[in-house]
Amino acid sequence: MSLLKVENLNVSYGDVQVLHEVSLEVGRGEVVTIVGANAAGKSTLLRALSGLLKKVSGSIHFNSEEILGKPAFEIAEKGLIHVPEGRRVFPLLTVQENLEIGAYTQRVRGNLKGKLREVYEIFPALAEHKGQAAGSLSGGEQQMLAIARGLMADPILLMIDEPSLGLAPILVAKTFQTLEEIKKEDVTILLVEQNVVRALEFSDRAYVLENGRVTLQGTGPELLKDPYLKKAYMGL
Amino acid sequence: MSSTLFAQLVISGILLGGIYALSSIGLTLIFGVMKIVNFAHGEFLMLAMYVSFWLFHSLHIDPYLSMVISVPLFFVVGMLTYKIFIRKTIGAPILAQIFVTVGLSIIIENLALLFWSADFRTVSLAYLSKPLIVGPFPGLGLEEIIVNKARFIAFFLGISLSVAFYLFMKFSYLGKVIRATSQDRTTALLMGINIDRVYTLSFAMGILLVGIAGALMIPIYTVHPFVGFEFVLIMFVVVVLGGMGSIMGAMIAGLFIGVVEVFSGFLIGPESKQAIYFLVFIAVLVFRPSGLFGEKGEEELERIEAIGE
Repeated sequence: MSLLKVENLNVSYGDVQVLHEVSLEVGRGEVVTIVGANAAGKSTLLRALSGLLKKVSGSIHFNSEEILGKPAFEIAEKGLIHVPEGRRVFPLLTVQENLEIGAYTQRVRGNLKGKLREVYEIFPALAEHKGQAAGSLSGGEQQMLAIARGLMADPILLMIDEPSLGLAPILVAKTFQTLEEIKKEDVTILLVEQNVVRALEFSDRAYVLENGRVTLQGTGPELLKDPYLKKAYMGL
Repeated sequence: MSSTLFAQLVISGILLGGIYALSSIGLTLIFGVMKIVNFAHGEFLMLAMYVSFWLFHSLHIDPYLSMVISVPLFFVVGMLTYKIFIRKTIGAPILAQIFVTVGLSIIIENLALLFWSADFRTVSLAYLSKPLIVGPFPGLGLEEIIVNKARFIAFFLGISLSVAFYLFMKFSYLGKVIRATSQDRTTALLMGINIDRVYTLSFAMGILLVGIAGALMIPIYTVHPFVGFEFVLIMFVVVVLGGMGSIMGAMIAGLFIGVVEVFSGFLIGPESKQAIYFLVFIAVLVFRPSGLFGEKGEEELERIEAIGE
């Protein structure tokens, strides 16, 4: 039984349909990636899953429960946590305050202190800056903070949108290292990424999204060898 | 100007500013969290003054004691106002928001006129009639300084409450949740925060604060249906100078405007005071568009489609 099951999802912004009949599944403990070009609808897909969009039809089952149409804050309460594109830290709150807000849901609020300790263990650099305003961190640190804040919610499924966007290559490598560590903690991950090679190496399975449609799917290693993908996305 | 007179004017100004600070903090909160300019804020202050007036007049309840009733009353009034009028305008074009709150201010004003007529009403309390005489302080070269008791009480309670509110916003978990929502409401939603509830609470607290201000002001000022307009102008000056959303900023700006008003009233004439503080206001904005204490925060520009009703 899969943890997340999306069937025939259609999403529109106003009159423009962005996603067409998208179906995908994420099993418990899996790492699944959505790859695709700019404007393929990857971020829209995550926003629809977390309840931020209104013009959505089809079905989204999370933990065997229909969540389509539920408000975003209730979906977060169920343990489907979305780390948004562009980091979106609360700039005037300190690093620690950002993390505390991450543990807002009823599921974890009682264990805020324990969660903080866990997260600081994974991200020691954040502990060093905990009193600093999040807006004053570097881009790489902000990305770490955004992921750490997502972990504070003790996610059943963590959706991460373009964690490597706008980061220098060395920081991209570091971000994926961190993701590997999170993977070891048995967190199920749904990743959206433009960095196709790294993302496929990191994932168990992946879906390729093109113009709002799923055009290819398979395991990470399979897709890495796919001649079409190589040509279109990896520049090989 | 003698040093005694100078000290007298500064103290009068600061006492006056304490009232401005408290009445502006609610407006700051509402603007800071929801980015809604509540043009009806002055009318809520007027209503609060009437509530304390009528409680005194018909039930002989001391205005300071009347807060026990006004605090919960105005919290509920704020909640209902948000749910009935304001909620629908969240995410709507700014003009719609302006029309709603301006319309609300006119409705409240005219209802007050209908129910209570345009009469000027005051509450005078015997125990406040004699001013406090402080000093002399020969060591400082100061003679006696006169302190109006009602203004002193309003200042003391106003500043204490403002500081308490500031500390609440800074250190309590709920305060952090409200600040997070004000900085990025979409991300707040993704953290599981029911932002509609945060907005309801913020609006209700903003109106509650003006409810307290009304009780503190009725022993000092005359109430009539148009009194809100006089104060809302000052409140807007204070909120903008304070950095539009900063509570500490609004407190300091409130005191500053109080001092400016007293000095200009004394040196030039009472009729000049509005012209002077608007002049100061414009001058500050020309040189520091984010206000005296404004932080360059990230404006929440994105419109969200689903607030979750």
